[in-house]
Amino acid sequence: MKATVVKIIPFSCVDGPGNRTAIFLQGCNINCKYCHNPETRGPKNPEATEMTVEEVMERVKKQVPFIRGITVSGGECMLHPEFVQAIFEQAKPLGLTTLIDSNGTIPFEKYPELMAVTDGVMLDIKAMNREDHIKITDHDNDTVLANAKYLAECGKLYEVRSVIVPGLYNGDKNADALIEFLEPLHQLSDFRIKLITYRPNGVREEYAIYKQPSKVFMQRLGERFREHGFEVVIV
Amino acid sequence: MRPITMERVEDTRKQILDTIESATLTHEQKVTNLANLADSLLEVLDLPEGLDELLNSEGDAKCICDLFEGHAPMRPRYIAPDYEKLLKEGCEYLRLPAPTDLMEALNTLLIFYKHVPSITNYPVYLGQLDELLEPFVDTVDEAMGRKLVKNFLMNVDRTILDSFSHADVGPRETKIGYYIFDAEKELQDAVPNISMKYDADITPDHFLKAAVECGLACAKPSFANHKMFVSELGERYVIASCYNGLPLGGGSYTLCRLILGNIAKRSKDIADFKEKQLPYVMDIMARYMDARVKFEVEESGYFDNTFLIKEGFIEREKFTAMYGLVGLADAVNILLEKEGKTGRFGHDEIATQLGVEIMDIIDAFNQNHEAPYCEVTGGHYLLHAQVGIAEDQGITPGVRIPIGEEPDELIDQLEVMSHFHKYFPSGTGDIFPVDMTVHANPEYVMDIIKGSFQRNLRYLSFYSSDNDVIRVTGYLIKRSELEKLDSGVAVIHDTTALGLGASKNGHILERKVR
Repeated sequence: MKATVVKIIPFSCVDGPGNRTAIFLQGCNINCKYCHNPETRGPKNPEATEMTVEEVMERVKKQVPFIRGITVSGGECMLHPEFVQAIFEQAKPLGLTTLIDSNGTIPFEKYPELMAVTDGVMLDIKAMNREDHIKITDHDNDTVLANAKYLAECGKLYEVRSVIVPGLYNGDKNADALIEFLEPLHQLSDFRIKLITYRPNGVREEYAIYKQPSKVFMQRLGERFREHGFEVVIV
Repeated sequence: MRPITMERVEDTRKQILDTIESATLTHEQKVTNLANLADSLLEVLDLPEGLDELLNSEGDAKCICDLFEGHAPMRPRYIAPDYEKLLKEGCEYLRLPAPTDLMEALNTLLIFYKHVPSITNYPVYLGQLDELLEPFVDTVDEAMGRKLVKNFLMNVDRTILDSFSHADVGPRETKIGYYIFDAEKELQDAVPNISMKYDADITPDHFLKAAVECGLACAKPSFANHKMFVSELGERYVIASCYNGLPLGGGSYTLCRLILGNIAKRSKDIADFKEKQLPYVMDIMARYMDARVKFEVEESGYFDNTFLIKEGFIEREKFTAMYGLVGLADAVNILLEKEGKTGRFGHDEIATQLGVEIMDIIDAFNQNHEAPYCEVTGGHYLLHAQVGIAEDQGITPGVRIPIGEEPDELIDQLEVMSHFHKYFPSGTGDIFPVDMTVHANPEYVMDIIKGSFQRNLRYLSFYSSDNDVIRVTGYLIKRSELEKLDSGVAVIHDTTALGLGASKNGHILERKVR
C-alpha cells in the first residue's frame, strides 16, 4: 500500500502532546482560504514522494525512544484511511500513541477498524455557522459537527482547533456558538481547545488579505473558553 | 624554585598596571587577576620534557591548555564540600551551630560559601539544595519559605560573582525544588547554575515538568542522567561548575585539556595521529597533571591546613582530577581531509566512527595511566569534554558538533552525541535553544530528555532562543549584561566577559534553534 507523503517531521512540538513524529499526506478535499500549505491540496506535488507503509515506519522508528507518538496530518489524511490504519497498526506495538489531525469532513464512524487503533483526533471546527464554513472552505460543516459528537462519545476527541481570522467571519459570535455546542460534549469527554492565530505568511496571495489578530484579542477569546471550564492552548 | 628573566618580570609588571587601570574590571575581578599574575612568576612544578612547546606555543602549535590554573596550584580547582554534614553538625571553625530552621539553614550556607575556594575563588558547588533544605521546609509557612529561598538565591547571584557556581536538585521530588524553580523563573538570574538529577524511576513527571518550565523561562536547570552518574561515581556525586560530575566531599585537583584539532594538524595522517602524535601529547599532559596534583597535595599545604579537611567537610581521598579535551570534531574533520576522504563530524558515519576510535584510544590511555592521589576513581583521572574558553577560535567544545554545522534534524544530532557521552564521567553536555512555541508543550522537552537518557546521553541543556538568561557553553549569562559589557561598562559577574569572548569567537548566539 502506498500514499503520497508531503513530508515527515521527526520531532514536532505542535502536533499533539509531547514530542511526536508528524506525517503529512498529500491531497485535500476542501479549500480553506487561509490554507498555509496550499501546495499540499492537489493530488500531485513535486515536493511529495510516494511511500509504502514500511518506508514511513522506517522513518518513524528512528525517533524511538525520543517520541511518545505519531500524528498523521495533511492535506486531509482521512482521504487515505486504509494507509493511516496500516501505519497505526504498526506504531502501536512500538508503544507509540496515534493521533489524527483532520478537517472533519469525512465521517470517522465509517472506519471502526481505524478508530480501534487511533488514540485521538485533533478536529478542526473552522466555523460553527454553516454559511461561514462554506465561505471559508467551500464545504459545509454537517459532517464536521457530527464527527465532533461521535468522537466525544467514544472518548477520542483530543483537541478542537479553530483558526481565528478577523474579517473572514465573526469571531466573537463563532466563539459563543462553539462554546454552546462543545459544552455538552465536554461533559462526555475531556478535550482541549486550540486557538490558532491566523498569520498571512504562506497563504495564497489572493487570500492573504486578512489581518493577524492581536495577542490581546486571542487571550480574550481564550478566556471565554476557560470560563466554561475548557483547557485552552493559544498558538 | 627556578629563576626567570627580567624581561618576563617587566612584562608581568606591565600587565599588573594594565589590570589596575582597567575600566571594565570590577574590584573583585582585578584582585583575582592580580593574584594570577603574581602566581605566573613562579616556577616550582616538576615539568615533563616537551611540555613547553605543546603548552606555551601560540595558535595551531598549542596542543595542551591548562586553563589558567597558574604555576603553583595552591588549592584544588573544584571543591565539593559535604554540606549535609554542615547542616547536621554545624561548623566549629566558623562558630556555626547546627541550624534548627530554614532561616538558619540558609544563613549557615551563605556564610559557609564565603570560605569554599576554587579556581574562580568562588564556590563551584553549592550543594544538593533541595535535599539539604527539605528537612527544614516545614519550619516556616509556605509563603515565608518561598520568600526565604528566593532571597537566598538572589544573595547568591549578587555575591558569588561567577556563574560556574552550581547547585543541584533532584532526583527525588521536594517542596524546596518547586520553590527554587518558581523563584528562578521570577529572578531571571545567571547565578547559580543548576542541574536537575533525573531518573525516570525516581523523579515524577510533574517535578520534571516544573524543571522544564523553569528551564524554558531562565535557561536552568540542565538535566543530568542520574542513573549513568550513579553507575560511575556512586550515589554520592555532585554536578559542579559547568556540568562536572565529581565525588561529593572531594572534587578535582586540576583540569587540563588536549586541543585535538591542533594535534591533528601536526599529524601526517590518521595512523600518525593515532599511533604517534596523540599518544605523545597525551603522555605529556598526563605527566603535567601528575606534577600539578603532587604539588597541591605534597607542597601547597592546602590539605594540611584547611578547616574543610580538619572538620571533615572534604577528604583528600575523595579528590580526583579531570583529563579534558576539546575539538574532537575539528580533529576528525582535519584527519578525514588529510586522507582525502569526504565526511564531516556530525553528518557522516565515517566521521562518527573515527571519533569513536579516537575516544577509545584516549579512554584506554587514561585507564592505563596511574594517576597520583586519585584513589576515589580507581587511581585514574576522569575524562572531561571541556566546553571551551573565551579565547578559543576555531576550537569546538568537547565532543560537540560545531555551531553552524548542526544537522537539520535534532534526532540526527542526538544520534551522533549518543556515541560520545559515555566516555565522560566528569562531564560533557549538549545545549539546545528551543523555539518559544515549545512553551505551550513542555512535554516535548520532557520526551527528548527521557529518550536521550535511555540512549545513554549524559547531560542536556535547553533554553528559549529569545530569553535574557542564556547558556554560553556550560555557564549562564544575561544577554542584557553582555550588551553592557560590550559597550565598555563593568558588570558584576566575571563570566559575562567570558560570554562576550565566546559570542564573538565561538558564535554561541548562532546555535541552531530547535
